[in-house]
This record gives sequence, structure tokens and C-alpha cells, in this order.
Amino acid sequence: MKHTVIPVRLYALVFLALIALTIVTTEISRIDLGEYNFIVAITIAVIKAMLVILFFMHVKQSSSMTKLFVAAGFFWMAILIVFVLSDYLSRGWLPVNKWWQ
Amino acid sequence: MWVFLLTEIMFFGGMFGGYTVYRNMYPGAFASTSHFMNVTLGAVNTGVLICSSFTMALAVRSAQLGRKRALILFLVATLILGCVFLGVKAVEYHEKWVDHHIPGPEFHYAEAPYFHQAQILFFLYFAMTGMHALHMVVGAGLLTTLIAMASRDRFSAEWYTPVEMIGLYWHFVDIVWIFLFPLLYLIGRTK
Repeated sequence: MKHTVIPVRLYALVFLALIALTIVTTEISRIDLGEYNFIVAITIAVIKAMLVILFFMHVKQSSSMTKLFVAAGFFWMAILIVFVLSDYLSRGWLPVNKWWQ
Repeated sequence: MWVFLLTEIMFFGGMFGGYTVYRNMYPGAFASTSHFMNVTLGAVNTGVLICSSFTMALAVRSAQLGRKRALILFLVATLILGCVFLGVKAVEYHEKWVDHHIPGPEFHYAEAPYFHQAQILFFLYFAMTGMHALHMVVGAGLLTTLIAMASRDRFSAEWYTPVEMIGLYWHFVDIVWIFLFPLLYLIGRTK
């Protein structure tokens, strides 16, 4: 388990970015942007998670194996959300009688 | 360790999936509940957790360099910040108790048409933040073990695997909160 040591400066920069993004997302939520409120909030959350994963969790300098596992985790999460939504959102699109009717 | 974190993604993923489904079914009710969330406390707690992730990252760095004193110092700082987070969470839970926002026979909700649907959201709120808080409690226990091990000179620049692993775990718990905060507190604030 040998890694190159990351300078404190980089950790501090990531930390400041995370705090700044938290303030930004909290302030933006006060403004009514309609549907975009959700998109902005989730985008900022994804950016923050990426910063933590890449730098605090050292994935940026890790082996391809580690990267594959991380990607697999989030790919699984994407499958879950996309498939669940493709079911729930498309219900009632087709004028088909319910099978019990 | 990453395989364990993958199982954790699946575990929390189930709850996020449930949240997605109910949010789509009852968008109005879910948006209305964010008025009753304490955004200030939520934002402060996000900051506290990010600080604790920062000190944890520095603790791992100190371990890499074999600096024992700095390692113990940063681990203690992380533990304290973790306890602050749990303390603030307890204050929030108490607020929900006072406002009768805990699902069950005592549940009251200002917007009557959303009575049942809002209960689902508060159930998800307690399930998700509760599981997250439980992970924090486990993390605090792990940190205490690390501090004890570090003070007994168990780690060196050559071997510090437990520090690194528990560091990963701590950051993972931080990431879960990074997603919980906008989903539960921020979305629908203006509605």
C-alpha cells in the first residue's frame, strides 16, 4: 500500500473548493429556477463527490483496478435510477387497459 | 476495501432509489417538506463533515510520512468533528420531535392534503439520515481504535493500512451526506 504523498496545498485547495460549493448550492436553492433547481443541486453534489473521490480518497493516483471498482459502483447506481425511472415515468403512456380490468 | 464500499453504495442506493420513486409520485408533497427542514443546521453540518474529511485526509498523509504526533492530532480532530456532526443531528431530530414531524400516530402536518405523503418523506428522511448517522457512530468507534493503535506505535510509514482503509470509509460516509443534503434540504425550498 504505497502511494505518492500529496502536498497539503492540494488538500487545502480541494477543501476550500468543497466549502465554496456548499455555500453556492445553499444560496442557489433560495432562487426559484424551476426544474433547474434540482439539476443544479445534483450537479454540484456530483462535482463535490468527484473531488472527494479523486483527491481525498486518492483514486486519481490509484491502480486501474481501483478505478474500475469505483466506476462499477456508480454505474450500478446509474442502472438502478435509470431503470426505476424508465418504469415509473412511462406508466400510463400507452392507452392499454390494466390487466386486471 | 473498495469492494466493501461497493456494497455500501448498493445499500444506500436502495434508499436513494426509494426516494426517487416517491419523489416522482408525490412531487408537491416532497417539495413542501423542505420548508420544515432546518437548512442552516444542514449546511453547517455539511461544512463540519467536509472539515472532518479534510482532517482525515491529512491524518492519512501524516501516516504516510510516519509522523505519529500529527497523525494522532488529526485523528482526534476528525473524531471531534464527527461528534459535532452527530450533536447537531440530535438537535435537528429534537426539532422534528417537537414539531410532531416523526411518522406515526403523533404526526401532524401543516398542509393537510399532504398529510400521508409527507409522512413517507419524513420516514425516508429518518431512514436515510439515521443510517448515515449510524455509519458515523461506527466511524467514531473505528477512529477511537485508530487513535489507541497509533498511540501504541502500531503504525509506521511502511505499514498504515488501517488508517488508509478507515480514511476511505470516512470519506465515503461524507459523500453520502453530500448527496443527502441537497436531496432532503435544498430541493423545493422556493416552492
